[in-house]
Amino acid sequence: MSIGNEILQQIVNGVALGSIYALIALGYTMVYGIVRLINFAHGDILMVGAFGAYFVLVRFGLSPVSFVAAFVFSMVLSATFGIVIERLAYKPLRNAPRINALITAIGVSLILENGFRVLPFVGPNPRQFPTIKTVNLKIFDISVSNVQLIVVIVSIVLMLALNYIVMYTRTGKAMRAVSFDRKAASLMGIPTDLIISFTFGIGSVLAAAAGILFATAYPQVEPYMGIMPGLKAFIAAVLGGIGSIPGAMIGGYILGIAETMTKGFISSQLADAIAFGILIVILLAKPTGIMGKNVREKV
Amino acid sequence: MSDSILRAKEINIVFGGLKAVSDFSCELRSGELVGLIGPNGAGKTTVFNMLSGIYQPTSGSISYTDGKGAEHRIEGMESHTIAKAGIARTFQNIRLFKELSVLDNVRIAMHNRVRYTAAGAVLRTKRYYEEERRIEEKSMELLSLFKIAEKKAELSANLPYGEQRKLEIVRALAGDPQLLLLDEPAAGMNPQETNALMALISFIRERFSLTILLIEHDMNLVMGICERLVVLDYGKIIAEGLPSDIKRDPAVIKAYLGEEAVFDA
Amino acid sequence: MNRKYRNAAILLAFGVVAVILPTFLIKAEIIDEYTAQILTLAGINAIIAMSLNLISGICGQLALGHAGFMAIGAYTAAVFTMKAGVPMPAAIISAGFVSAMFGFIIGFPTLKLSGDYLAIVTLGFGEIIRVVMTNLKGITGGAAGLKGVPNFTKDILAQPTVSFAIVTGTLVLVLAALTNFLNSSYGRAIISIREDPIAASSNGIPVFRYKMMAFTISAFIAGIAGGLYAFFFGYLNPTMFTFLKSVDFLIIVVLGGMGSITGTIIASYVLTYLQELLRFLKDYRLVIYPLILILIMLFRPKGLLGRAEFSFVALFDRIRKPKEVRK
Repeated sequence: MSIGNEILQQIVNGVALGSIYALIALGYTMVYGIVRLINFAHGDILMVGAFGAYFVLVRFGLSPVSFVAAFVFSMVLSATFGIVIERLAYKPLRNAPRINALITAIGVSLILENGFRVLPFVGPNPRQFPTIKTVNLKIFDISVSNVQLIVVIVSIVLMLALNYIVMYTRTGKAMRAVSFDRKAASLMGIPTDLIISFTFGIGSVLAAAAGILFATAYPQVEPYMGIMPGLKAFIAAVLGGIGSIPGAMIGGYILGIAETMTKGFISSQLADAIAFGILIVILLAKPTGIMGKNVREKV
Repeated sequence: MSDSILRAKEINIVFGGLKAVSDFSCELRSGELVGLIGPNGAGKTTVFNMLSGIYQPTSGSISYTDGKGAEHRIEGMESHTIAKAGIARTFQNIRLFKELSVLDNVRIAMHNRVRYTAAGAVLRTKRYYEEERRIEEKSMELLSLFKIAEKKAELSANLPYGEQRKLEIVRALAGDPQLLLLDEPAAGMNPQETNALMALISFIRERFSLTILLIEHDMNLVMGICERLVVLDYGKIIAEGLPSDIKRDPAVIKAYLGEEAVFDA
Repeated sequence: MNRKYRNAAILLAFGVVAVILPTFLIKAEIIDEYTAQILTLAGINAIIAMSLNLISGICGQLALGHAGFMAIGAYTAAVFTMKAGVPMPAAIISAGFVSAMFGFIIGFPTLKLSGDYLAIVTLGFGEIIRVVMTNLKGITGGAAGLKGVPNFTKDILAQPTVSFAIVTGTLVLVLAALTNFLNSSYGRAIISIREDPIAASSNGIPVFRYKMMAFTISAFIAGIAGGLYAFFFGYLNPTMFTFLKSVDFLIIVVLGGMGSITGTIIASYVLTYLQELLRFLKDYRLVIYPLILILIMLFRPKGLLGRAEFSFVALFDRIRKPKEVRK
């Protein structure tokens, strides 16, 4: 394969991976935008979603119907987890120092991971996620698998749906208002608590989808599976500008492609490190990210 | 004619496309008490922030002559360097170290001249004990002047509002400044408190040989103690001069009270 | 004058007793070896937790990668002793300096960042350090671990006694040094950074420089504890220094009170003991710890002591004159 083709191949791989990161990053960015919290537990919601789908598919076998059912079930499950966590652990700390909420989020993340681990029907050992048979299509000498196509198509559909909700519905407008100024939004009659719950819910739904897509592509599910993708998606959100929805998408794709390029041309060991490298560079060069704005503290 | 200690020349600052302050020029002479006034949002605190190093002007220069006669170009310098050179300030929204005691708030301002090293602190040298005693004595002196010495161990957050404002001034003085920038020192005070504050400001100017630039909305205070006024509106200077002249200046009246008021003046 | 010497004497006495008394009890086998090991481990944890409290609780900059500094210290001490024949005390001090050097390098770009970002970046660096240690197979033994790190003494029977004495002695020294540092103008300056960095800067405190100072000192102390850990355990493996270990220290600091170093020490002993006690819970332990963390954050965020320090002098006064306590 010529070098040009190799590059294109890795870009294609990167787009598929990046779609997953983008979905997760959207959850981080929306939550940060609305309550200024880095939800450490977000990656673990991905894991919850993946397990939800796992149990549906294992019970009902693999078919288009069961696949859809798995999506629905896992999205509902994750949304429930996300909303309950927000109400119990984050809402009481909304006016507390930021460090407290951050520490709590770390705690929630660990509880989810280890909690699932001790559940008798889960356990620490990885399970094989039921997947469809991989069919590789060759387009101009570049191999694209049906799984990759599904990942990209589903992701794009979800991102378009999200964009529609945020930009063209009243709820979306309310979400944007709350993220600008919570108190003012509440004075305007917006039910802020409900909107915040809704935001967490949507973020969790996207994370669940990402989890299922991730498990379809890398078919192993285990309680700690959300840590690395979660961390990388967070970096993607920061790269794109935390709080910015288009930023999260851009960041996700950039990170996905950077990772596959590193795996393909440098070394797969360093693939994880490249994400951290990008984080450090972006925080030094432009901490507000690609799409981010400089918000000055009023002195 | 006393010497000029601060010369701001045509400083500008732009925030996200909006010019918050345009071509601000001002000269302060040693010992002056000057008022910076203007409607809300005129850019007065922004000017203070540029003078004290919190913001960097996008263009223009600020020149400061310290107590030893050395001239410094301070635009773009960091706040702590400017503070060490002799410019101290208070804040519009009080910025005390809330969870610390009154005494600690004052002592922190004296840190940049401390005469022992970190190692000296760990090893508890003689110098450490001497310095700590000096710092505490000087802090208590200042606190007594402002009549809040008995509250030295109280958390600053627990002080009543008026005393918090006084404490901020004490803290600013603890750094041995030459130039003091007071941002709305009388905000939230009733007329008696304001009068007491006026006396206090005159007193400290005398006692500590200070030059003072103050932002205020309370016209009694402004007319009462300021020797000279600079008026800002929409980021530009619209008038400067003696308080008695400024009171009658049509541009100033228009800025504060609107067009119609000019005819009534 | 007299007061000052009296207080210093009281503190010295407490410190000496805290080290000497249990040492004798261990030697006399009144305290068994198992308990001695727990106490020693708790001491090491306390030192690292204090270092974390310095930067996060007192200076207000949340750092989530201190397991990394511990790892640097541990491997440095081990390698210096095993491969370069450096005597143990020098190896431990070097471990501190090497860790401090990395603290300086890491701190330089990252301490300019604010709260959330700093936490993530330090987490990242903690992981990077661990990955690097895993990959430096030649020096660190890689993923298989580094075996045969010498213990504090070659005499196996005296091991628990000597380990305890050295670790606890170091703990007392670090406590004394930190307390003196914090009860000084420098300590006040660092605390002011936590309270309001803009006001601090406007009052002459060079904020970035002092954040660097706190971070570097913190790394130094964590490195020394890492060295102690290496000689105590005799075996090192990168999996001992994961993010979860950093979280362990965070839990200690939060429980004791972010901003109280004596609180940290108390919390360290409590939690290390609890960890052993609850061993029978096995994996459920991993759920209970984060739950404790969350409950503290929700219901008592100031932890045990908040920002107050436990005063030995006050304790002494109360023992001597229970009714009238002099101020």
